[in-house]
Amino acid sequence: MKTTLAFLAVLAAFAAAPFALGPYYTTLIIPILAYAIALIGLNLLFGYGGLLSFGHAMFLAIGAYASAVMGAKLGVRSFEAQLIVAMLASGTVAGLIGLLCLRYTTIFFSMLTLAFGMIFHSFLFKFYDLTGGESGISVPRPSLFGASHAGLSKTAFLVGPFYWYALGLFAVMFLVMALVVASPFGLALKAARDNERKTAFLGVPVFWVRYVAFVLSGIYCAVGGAVLAVSIGAADPELSFWTQSGNMIFIIILGGLGQLFGPVVGAVSFTLLQDALMANTQYWRFALGAILALIIIFAPRGILGLITRALDWRRR
Amino acid sequence: MATVDLLFAALFNAAVLFLVTAGLQLIFGVQRIVNLTAGSLYALGAYFGASVFEWFSAQGGSPALLLPVLILSGLLAGQVGFVIERVLRTVYGRDEAFQLLMTFAFVLMFQDVLRYVWGAQPRLLGDLPSVYGTLAVGGFTFPVYNLLVMLSALVVAGLLYWLIERTSLGHVVRATAENGRMAEALGANTRRINTLVFVLGSMLGTVGGALVIPTTAASLEMPIALIVEAFAVVVIGGLGSIRGAFLGAIIVGVLRALSLTYFPELEVMSIYLVVIVVLVVRPYGLFGKAEA
Repeated sequence: MKTTLAFLAVLAAFAAAPFALGPYYTTLIIPILAYAIALIGLNLLFGYGGLLSFGHAMFLAIGAYASAVMGAKLGVRSFEAQLIVAMLASGTVAGLIGLLCLRYTTIFFSMLTLAFGMIFHSFLFKFYDLTGGESGISVPRPSLFGASHAGLSKTAFLVGPFYWYALGLFAVMFLVMALVVASPFGLALKAARDNERKTAFLGVPVFWVRYVAFVLSGIYCAVGGAVLAVSIGAADPELSFWTQSGNMIFIIILGGLGQLFGPVVGAVSFTLLQDALMANTQYWRFALGAILALIIIFAPRGILGLITRALDWRRR
Repeated sequence: MATVDLLFAALFNAAVLFLVTAGLQLIFGVQRIVNLTAGSLYALGAYFGASVFEWFSAQGGSPALLLPVLILSGLLAGQVGFVIERVLRTVYGRDEAFQLLMTFAFVLMFQDVLRYVWGAQPRLLGDLPSVYGTLAVGGFTFPVYNLLVMLSALVVAGLLYWLIERTSLGHVVRATAENGRMAEALGANTRRINTLVFVLGSMLGTVGGALVIPTTAASLEMPIALIVEAFAVVVIGGLGSIRGAFLGAIIVGVLRALSLTYFPELEVMSIYLVVIVVLVVRPYGLFGKAEA
């Protein structure tokens, strides 16, 4: 009940945003939605599964490039088709890599995912014909449900039909994740995070539970990546660099690790924070790093953790 | 001919990589923290070394003292490890994901500290290695500076081995690595050991950076680029093993030189493909221990 209300409130806020903020800020919100979708998936793996991946930027990039290659090279403009290909491609890659990476947990898992991420990054960089090399590929405007919206200007398309499309996508992906987390599968995943041995003893196939979480997180990141690519208008190799994976983890921690709304809260506050910092100082990375350090030390459950704590305190 | 030059360049790379990754391994071996800051420390060492040597030259210092000045400035820059360790200490008991992220926070901060102090332009120390001249052996010529750097790396490897395996301090360090609580119960000051190990590890990184500056420019891309190679070394060699860092650095150095010459498109990829092969065949690297 509480979750449903909070979810409706989040949706209402996003739905009101274009009317309240005007086109410029609305274009800034689409990447927030894109990151929120991707991080909902990563949160399943890292927050609920306890597996810290330093390579998930790869799946973000797979989504972005799937959309770009389909649109620009193969002439498939339907965004639904692009999304399906993005999910299939990312799911396949995650399925293969997961078999290897999940033989490890803890730090070895992080390093192996980083290794795969870097291989993918150099792949994007070096194979110009397919990926456009350093400059990437620009993404042509996709058609949504068969409508090309050719009459609209770029901004009008983004803040109009595409915004609502992205919001709808976010709502669906969020609800699916809410169900996944509450399901026996979600419980098994959390149990394996807290005590792997006991969970295995209870008959849970720990490896496969984690495997499914890994593949799901890859698929979510690809969907987020495809949305992101359309909103920036390009897919470029920097999307897959290891620091990008670090930033994704940062956003989850900022919002609240292992909490359903963590990724959304994180994506909104990170974007606002970065925007405000960049407007005021060229040394915004330092400020971001310091904030990350402070959150880790003083508020390991992120902004949501702080809010919950404040509410509990008032109730007492 | 080309092969010898290639091998020489590869070994020089390997020497520097070894210094940085030895620091990474030392810290992981004792504290179980993967220090992403290693790359930033490396860059700090490079920038700081360049500045110190410029200042030294401006004071009329002899260019022949290049190597000792750089090593000293590297050791000095490494003292920043005290500060990092002090902050890191707050998360010692916590999940290792948070420890890793804490070092990532430092990577972000260092990026701007370097930019603030030294600016966005890459920094190069003229053609200094030539002060040491070249050595001609059997038709090949090698720059002496590069030979000296390799020699220094070997000396450091020997010193580290001696320190850890042969001294009483080393015994305590190893005991702390094996079982921190037990070591503490037996009277080891593990808090001080942690600080010491972290600073020592940082100094290895900064010295590595300082030594490389006469041959490459210091730039803001250095930290994150180095991490990519250093991680390959560490995974190939096995996390926490200094011997592993030695062998891993040679493997990565040679691979990099080979692929740069023959398949320039595949530089990082070839290195990381080896990483994955190693992990599949020997899950914890060549010299690594299974997770505790």
